[in-house]
Amino acid sequence: MVLYFKYLSILFKSQLQYRASFWLLTFGQFFIPFSVFAGMYLMFERFGELRGWTFYEAALVFAVIHLAFSLSECFARGFDMFSGLIASGGFDRLLVRPRSTALQVLGSQFEFTRFGRLLQSAIVLVWALAKLPIDWNAPRAVTLALMVACGVLIFTGIYMLFATLCFWTVQGLEIGNIFTDGGREMAQYPLDIYKKWVTVFFTFVIPFGCVNYLPLLYVLGRAHGHPAGYMAMPLAGVLFLLPCLAVWLIGVRHYRSTGS
Amino acid sequence: MRPYLSVWKLRFILGMQYRSAAIAGIATQLFFGMIFLMIFQAFYSGSAAEPPMPLDRLVSYVWLQQIFLSLIMLWFRDNEIFQLITSGNVAYELCRPCGLYSFWYAKLLGQRLSSATLRCFPILLIVFFLPKPFRLSPPASPEAFVLFLAALALGLLVVVGVSMFIYISVFWTLSPVGSTLMISVAGEFFAGMIIPVPLMPHWLQTVAGFLPFRWTADFPFRVYSGDIPAGEALWGIAAQLVWIAALTAAGAWTLRRALRRIVVQGG
Repeated sequence: MVLYFKYLSILFKSQLQYRASFWLLTFGQFFIPFSVFAGMYLMFERFGELRGWTFYEAALVFAVIHLAFSLSECFARGFDMFSGLIASGGFDRLLVRPRSTALQVLGSQFEFTRFGRLLQSAIVLVWALAKLPIDWNAPRAVTLALMVACGVLIFTGIYMLFATLCFWTVQGLEIGNIFTDGGREMAQYPLDIYKKWVTVFFTFVIPFGCVNYLPLLYVLGRAHGHPAGYMAMPLAGVLFLLPCLAVWLIGVRHYRSTGS
Repeated sequence: MRPYLSVWKLRFILGMQYRSAAIAGIATQLFFGMIFLMIFQAFYSGSAAEPPMPLDRLVSYVWLQQIFLSLIMLWFRDNEIFQLITSGNVAYELCRPCGLYSFWYAKLLGQRLSSATLRCFPILLIVFFLPKPFRLSPPASPEAFVLFLAALALGLLVVVGVSMFIYISVFWTLSPVGSTLMISVAGEFFAGMIIPVPLMPHWLQTVAGFLPFRWTADFPFRVYSGDIPAGEALWGIAAQLVWIAALTAAGAWTLRRALRRIVVQGG
């Protein structure tokens, strides 16, 4: 863990060396989700509501998933960019060091310019929370924090899975974008507006629904049944990450260097 | 004309090599199209008032966006040109016996076309046979189809004209991020890629009308579904021609200015 923070601070300093580019990128990153959010706002302005969901509720859904996405892009970038490490043979170096490979890959890259994105989602989150009549108590606040944290774990798990595939394919696979970018686009609206197969897939296979839609029902006071069940939902993110880690370890054992 | 045609052809063949990338792209685009459609359908199903664009037209709008994505996307870019400029290798390009503006224009055009040819037919085939609410309907009429093809081709010329400005701007900023990101985010929004232009509030539609972006995607797709009738479409095509003339003239002029003050250091 100490090592991880060491990686973090070194890379942060190195990225700040290119100050102008850093701020421009951060600023630009702010606007990408902003335009998507503007689209969502305009749709609600025209249609009023979405299958019983109001704008602020949907904004909360949006904010949670985008927070999770930008955090994972910032901190798990190493897995996202992993194919480069394989193709250049740089992974060999990691293998001879006496630390776990997962930690080292995780520490190999951070993308701090994603703070722009993070800031935008945080603003949306605060705005939505201020407008929603939620009666706050400790369990609800904990649930909300868990939702974001476990959302990060799911995105990280997906990056890991596709990084593992690089052991066999060498090249990165763009198909992973369906689950990261596509999952984000999909999960920014409440899950129950979609067709059945989408809902089932994103609840039981890749549990975006568990970190977003289901616990949110509880936070918004729409849930029926025992609250503990809804509160524990986000932990599905942990359940998702574990097999991903296992697959990663299998992949490492099958690794053959490109030799360059 | 010959050199431009051959650089166009080279790019085209090069692009055709990346078949696995194309398959991944097809799957991604199908998925995104489905998600967008489900969101729009959910909005439509709850609306009491008549929306300004019927659902079946919206379906063709979304699918055509996905099918011709590489023709209309602004972020589709050529890192080679960026590197040429930032590394100073643009000097070699200047030694070539042809105009730089037309040379790059042909290059970008070829790249977009090859990527589109690889991707559009499989998606077209699939979306024509999807179950009912998701199926792409055939064009409104034969005239509409012909006009659509013309509008799409002209729209492509507009996109390349706009994206040339992104490349030219690098002569000043030396970094392709930042400014280009802003242009593409704004361009995407006003081309109706996030929500269709007819669904925007009135004042935003007016803004979109003054910008070149909606002529690249929104206009051809609405001609296809008959949302814009044939007579009006002819006027639209005239507007596209004006934009192409203005964009290329302005682009070539700024490129000349950029090249006049360019200093290439040895090394």
